[in-house]
Amino acid sequence: MTQPVKFYQTGTFTVGNRLLDPEQRTVQATIERNNSLTSGHRACQGCGEALGARYAVDAALRAAQGRLLAVNATGCLEVFSTPYPESSWRLPWLHSLFGNAPAVATGIAAALRAKGRSDTRVLAQGGDGGTVDIGFGCLSGMFERNDDVLYICYDNEAYMNTGVQRSGRTPPTARTATTPALGEHPGETFGHGKNPALIAMAHGIPYVATATVAELHDLEAKVNKAMALHGARYLHIHVPCPLGWGSAPCDTIKVARLAVESGLFPLIEAEHGELTEVTKIRRRVPVEEYLRLQKRFAHLFREPRDEVSLAAIQAIADRNIARFGLREEAT
Amino acid sequence: MLKQIEGSHAIAEAIALCRPEVICAYPITPQTHIVETLSEIVRKGELVPCEYVNVESEFAALSVAIGASAAGARAYTATSSQGLLFMAEAVYNAAGLGLPIVMTIGNRAIGAPINIWNDHSDSMSMANSGWIQLHAESNQEAADLHIQAFKLAEQISVPIMVCVDGFVLTHAYERVDIPNQAQVDAFLPPFEPMQVLDPEDPVTIGAMVGPEAFMEVRYLAHHKQLQAIEAIPRIAEDFAVVFDRRSGGLIDSYRTEDAETIVVALGSVVGTIKDTVDELRDQGVKIGAVKIVSFRPFPLAQLRAALEGAARVVVVEKDLALGLGGIVASNVRMSLRGLQTAVYTIIAGLGGRSITKSALRGAFGRSHEDEIEDPHFLDLKWDMVDRELARWKETRRSGPIAENILRELGLVGNRVH
Amino acid sequence: MFQVRLHGRGGQGVVTAAEMLSVAAFLEGYHAQAFPSFGSERMGAPVMAFCRIDDKEIRLREPVMHPDALIVQDPTLLHQVDLFAGLDSQGYLLINTTRSFADLGLGEYVSAFPPHHVCAVAASELAQRHVGRPLPNAALLGGFAAVTGRIKLDSVQAAIRQTFAGAVGEANAAAAAEAFHAIKTN
Repeated sequence: MTQPVKFYQTGTFTVGNRLLDPEQRTVQATIERNNSLTSGHRACQGCGEALGARYAVDAALRAAQGRLLAVNATGCLEVFSTPYPESSWRLPWLHSLFGNAPAVATGIAAALRAKGRSDTRVLAQGGDGGTVDIGFGCLSGMFERNDDVLYICYDNEAYMNTGVQRSGRTPPTARTATTPALGEHPGETFGHGKNPALIAMAHGIPYVATATVAELHDLEAKVNKAMALHGARYLHIHVPCPLGWGSAPCDTIKVARLAVESGLFPLIEAEHGELTEVTKIRRRVPVEEYLRLQKRFAHLFREPRDEVSLAAIQAIADRNIARFGLREEAT
Repeated sequence: MLKQIEGSHAIAEAIALCRPEVICAYPITPQTHIVETLSEIVRKGELVPCEYVNVESEFAALSVAIGASAAGARAYTATSSQGLLFMAEAVYNAAGLGLPIVMTIGNRAIGAPINIWNDHSDSMSMANSGWIQLHAESNQEAADLHIQAFKLAEQISVPIMVCVDGFVLTHAYERVDIPNQAQVDAFLPPFEPMQVLDPEDPVTIGAMVGPEAFMEVRYLAHHKQLQAIEAIPRIAEDFAVVFDRRSGGLIDSYRTEDAETIVVALGSVVGTIKDTVDELRDQGVKIGAVKIVSFRPFPLAQLRAALEGAARVVVVEKDLALGLGGIVASNVRMSLRGLQTAVYTIIAGLGGRSITKSALRGAFGRSHEDEIEDPHFLDLKWDMVDRELARWKETRRSGPIAENILRELGLVGNRVH
Repeated sequence: MFQVRLHGRGGQGVVTAAEMLSVAAFLEGYHAQAFPSFGSERMGAPVMAFCRIDDKEIRLREPVMHPDALIVQDPTLLHQVDLFAGLDSQGYLLINTTRSFADLGLGEYVSAFPPHHVCAVAASELAQRHVGRPLPNAALLGGFAAVTGRIKLDSVQAAIRQTFAGAVGEANAAAAAEAFHAIKTN
């Protein structure tokens, strides 16, 4: 009798790669991997974005058979990867401005089309601020025209590079420098924020997916899926930021996993606006288990505990689970 | 081939002849006819290969051009006024990255108050961004300058704005000699980038530069502009050889040989000024004119040589540095450092107010006698200004200024009570 | 230099009239410049357009302050806009109307002009008959050619055909011809 075997990673140890069929193994396991974001960059210890970017870009580069051009918005990734006079990028890479990465990528794709270079692919990447706030107009334009660009958003839920200010992805009650834990409603306000994956779906683009650094195989698989398609594609990766979230650097993967298991960060895939896949939650956890590891939520747990906010956050998780059908069926 | 054609159509045809590979367009009056014509040209298959991208804002338009140019494609866009401001960040970015994009500016006033008519406030707002700025006197020159611009931009890796007076030139029908493809191909070779995104040879473009290197990088951008001072006349010469007519260059002098008064200006008003100069010369006034084509780089030495024989210089300009005075005049004064030449500023044509020969004749006449105030606001309705100032004195809540002035002109109804 | 000013309302083809006139002059080897005075796109608002014709390069860019010929496409403008500013009594005046100058209240005004310099042309009616729409511009240009003698009917018709394709161009050219001949035979 066979049963499905699930492999998952804890901490930074990758297990199970050698037990998989070769074509299922990650890019990171091969000698030929590009290290497109190579060592020497200046990311913080435990940076989720550096991990996510290395996996995503390596996977995209392999899928493009080495012919990939990258555009980066201003932000942590851009700054820590190109400290003058060095660069850790081993592929052609362009940084223009904070709000225009999708449009610059559109321009590159247009140039490649004009030159008949259908073998070369285009990747655009940015943080949550650059994607859902200042770059939103350009992102929507790129989606609407269905330009042949894979856009990856590394979501650490605030403007981290400038000192942790709120963005349109900052979750309710989270403390940031512009949503301090003060007053009657400390932290970010309930009801604020946008869901760019759903917005991308509303544009009807060929492929939308959410992913997390806690599920690196899944992340790679989604990049591969996206690269097998053409047109506008959007990948939203949850990347904990130890500095901004106030979590321990060694807990990055753990925190990312708890976000998924609590229901606060659903893993979904969609094509042309229709939901096609969700990842069921193996072991559901209450949101508190996730929130407790991050100092940005510490004020919820100081005596007296903020039961009202905790319940409201739990309700968000419950709604996600119901909406996307995230629970394992009882066996 | 000679055509009687709308300015914007002539410009579009000239651009198409330059074989741009990516054109990105966002509409704004008065440049829109240019990009509309280009979209027809591309759709009809008359320009191949070319990708025409309809973008969601001017900021996106220039950003698309940045990406395209960095990927090695010849890129073009056009804008005016508010659109140029909306893409301001990208304007500096393109210059800082050294990408040879060519962009038409259909010169239009910047609001508030919103105004769709011609003046130079838009291109002046970006004069220090590192873009080369060339101003066209006529639609023939507008067409020709775009052809020269692609060659110049790619030669020194600097983006170029070709400034064409909105409505006055863009919407005027006049005779233009449109070159043929063979001529343009002989003049303008395919784009060979100085830097390019290439999987065979990866580079990182757009890295951060700190205090230890920024000044050097900035100086090198300034150096490129100084190189352009040499390159612009050379390219104008090359152009004259291939196309058999003079167009562009840094400056151009008209009847200045023995002039005591020389008028300096940019763009289409130069035509009206030349007619006015002729009339005054017929009356024995020793007056001439110098047209500045290249506002950036500003041809300090060349202008000085053209002006130093005159007793006085009168700058006619369609812009105003609020709180200071003339922008062009300030630049002109720099070229005359150390000389005793008087420089008068005539602020004219703001927001599209017509600049008439008769008004200029009066102002030039008074300048020639050194009897003009500086700056002089041509055809300004001082009584309306004085009445508005009186309103401010009278009551704190005097209301929106623009509405008050328009009410005086009978263009706006009375206040709601 | 010969300067023409055209008045009308948005949607009546005033700007196109000026452009076609410039094309007609160009076809005869003249230099010509045509441009509108501008406003936002809006039907029904008063519109002015200008055309200059010369045998050398035209450098002047100001609006036509002293027209040698005035073309009025819409007589309802007569007492709303100062149409005649700058027109001296040696100039030419064409008005699109079926009424007489006297009926328009202009009897005394036009008496100062040489009689063959002023002309009322039922251009909208001509256009309605030939083209099926009351767009008077082509017919008025035919009238202009007849009254001023500055350009030939052939050139006007060629310019019209360049601007309007196929049957529409032919119909407009016919309207222009009828206006031309009606004036010439009077």
